[in-house]
Amino acid sequence: MESALETASQNASPSLSRLKPLTGIKIEVAGQPESSGCGTTGGEGKASCGTSDGPDDMSPEVWEKVKNHPCYSEEAHHHYARMHVAVAPACNIQCNYCNRKYDCSNESRPGVVSQKLTPDQAVKKVIAVASEIPQMTVLGIAGPGDALASPQKTFETFRQLQEQAPDIKLCLSTNGLMLPDFVDEICKYNIDHVTITINMIDAEVGEKIYPWIFYNHKRYYGREAAQILTERQMLGLEMLTARGVLTKINSVLIPGVNDKHLYEVNRAVKSRGAFLHNIMPLISEAEHGTVYGLTGQRGPSAQELKEVQDACMGGANLMRHCRQCRADAVGLLGEDRSDEFTLDQIEQMDVVYDLEKRRAYQENVEAERQAQQNAKHTALATVTDRAEDNMKVLVAVATTGGGKVNEHFGHATEFQIHEITTTSTTFVGHRRVDLYCQGGFGEDEQLPSIVNAINDCHAVLVAKIGACPREELLAAGIEPVDAYAHEFIEKAALTWFADYRARVAKGEIVHKERGDAAIRQGAFMAA
Amino acid sequence: MAYKIVGSQCTGCSACEPECPNVAIYEKNGVFLIKPEKCTECLGHFDEAQCVAACPVDNTCIIDTAYPRYQAA
Repeated sequence: MESALETASQNASPSLSRLKPLTGIKIEVAGQPESSGCGTTGGEGKASCGTSDGPDDMSPEVWEKVKNHPCYSEEAHHHYARMHVAVAPACNIQCNYCNRKYDCSNESRPGVVSQKLTPDQAVKKVIAVASEIPQMTVLGIAGPGDALASPQKTFETFRQLQEQAPDIKLCLSTNGLMLPDFVDEICKYNIDHVTITINMIDAEVGEKIYPWIFYNHKRYYGREAAQILTERQMLGLEMLTARGVLTKINSVLIPGVNDKHLYEVNRAVKSRGAFLHNIMPLISEAEHGTVYGLTGQRGPSAQELKEVQDACMGGANLMRHCRQCRADAVGLLGEDRSDEFTLDQIEQMDVVYDLEKRRAYQENVEAERQAQQNAKHTALATVTDRAEDNMKVLVAVATTGGGKVNEHFGHATEFQIHEITTTSTTFVGHRRVDLYCQGGFGEDEQLPSIVNAINDCHAVLVAKIGACPREELLAAGIEPVDAYAHEFIEKAALTWFADYRARVAKGEIVHKERGDAAIRQGAFMAA
Repeated sequence: MAYKIVGSQCTGCSACEPECPNVAIYEKNGVFLIKPEKCTECLGHFDEAQCVAACPVDNTCIIDTAYPRYQAA
């Protein structure tokens, strides 16, 4: 029985006939043992999120590539920044969660169009940002369409950057349809990191996600389209693994469509050498004008998302800290500084690319990072209460970066969520919230939505909090904690938890399970 | 003998421009336009009009009824 790809190749131009269907392909991974990069140690399966690994869990070459990449290393994302340039406007497929009039609504500001850039403009912008923000280590081309649907623009940008800014890591994101055709080109520019958006490996699931693809001068629909897409994605992934390129797989979790299926996807991509699996929640609202938004397909709740992520542990390593950033995002953590770097503003800047200054700054960052790790290990080592009750809680943390509890509750645009037991603290995700403090006075209407976003947490660690929100949180059963302001997050969380357990043991408080939390669906209210 | 692009609906994504076998598509003010004298509706090149197939917005790349339909020589 012919695969859709075979049929398509016979009907189309000769260049397609060199493609073979997936079965029967075996691509040797050059020189890398199976478990490199995905090596798991400690407890059952990997403790989530990209890797908080030190070098002992993976080969030195791989660690070199990921340690400063904010997406590939959970730890790095507290200290390093990335940037995207919107040079690739065309796309060769249609997804039900995308409205082409705007950027992808699964990104942080649905309903807003990125300023399209030519390669020359993009390069200028990158140099300007890299000089202003020395902890920016990664430049990615992620859209606004598909990076490989406009390959000339994408690779011209990479070519110039390879010359002018050689210390910046280059990163590319694609739907994978054209990926096999460009693996050579990707390797030519030393692009170390490629992200492929893979939402399914079964065309029956795929036809509910992808109405059509445009491939080889023809539009394909329904199941045939999904079949071609998945075959090309898998082939592309295998080819990249064989060349030693690190791959991250992004999957959009669509409840009722691919939620159970993502477990299969996780295993399938792991067996083909994917380094990371990033399962992101679908963002879907009618005002985004997407098919899912208009037909009422909802995104997952925080617990639903966590359940799928937890179920996938032990397979491909999970990334849990994805910011779902725009194709023109600039910055660290959840902040977007792209407003400072519009084309007009860049024209005004006197930009010189200072490699030494960047290296010096990054060395400082490394020292900070080591300090944070030390604090965490010390805190873990001093835990004396090793009770057997497996008590596990989530805490929310307000932070501006550097791994410390250093943000005011009212200024937080997002909270980091950590899962704590007596012997461990694990970063499990983040929740974006609207700004509570607008112009210095609390906006009481927004407080309920913040409570919803962190409703599954027992406590929220902040540097400071006003009286009114403090009361509301207590009423909702969430303990506001400002006693650990400016301390390292893990140390603060563990210390608070030890204190909490002591209070429970004394009978001062009763430990209760928390409910579920909501993932923000609407657009950011802040500028 | 032509397709046309409805300017108000065009997102300027540029997916159509490289697909045209007659190099009939060009960009102006952020949106794309088709030179009607060059458009052959892809007859003799492809089974379906390439710009239409590539365009992500429904009803944006459409037959221009102001021109007679193209007839292959």
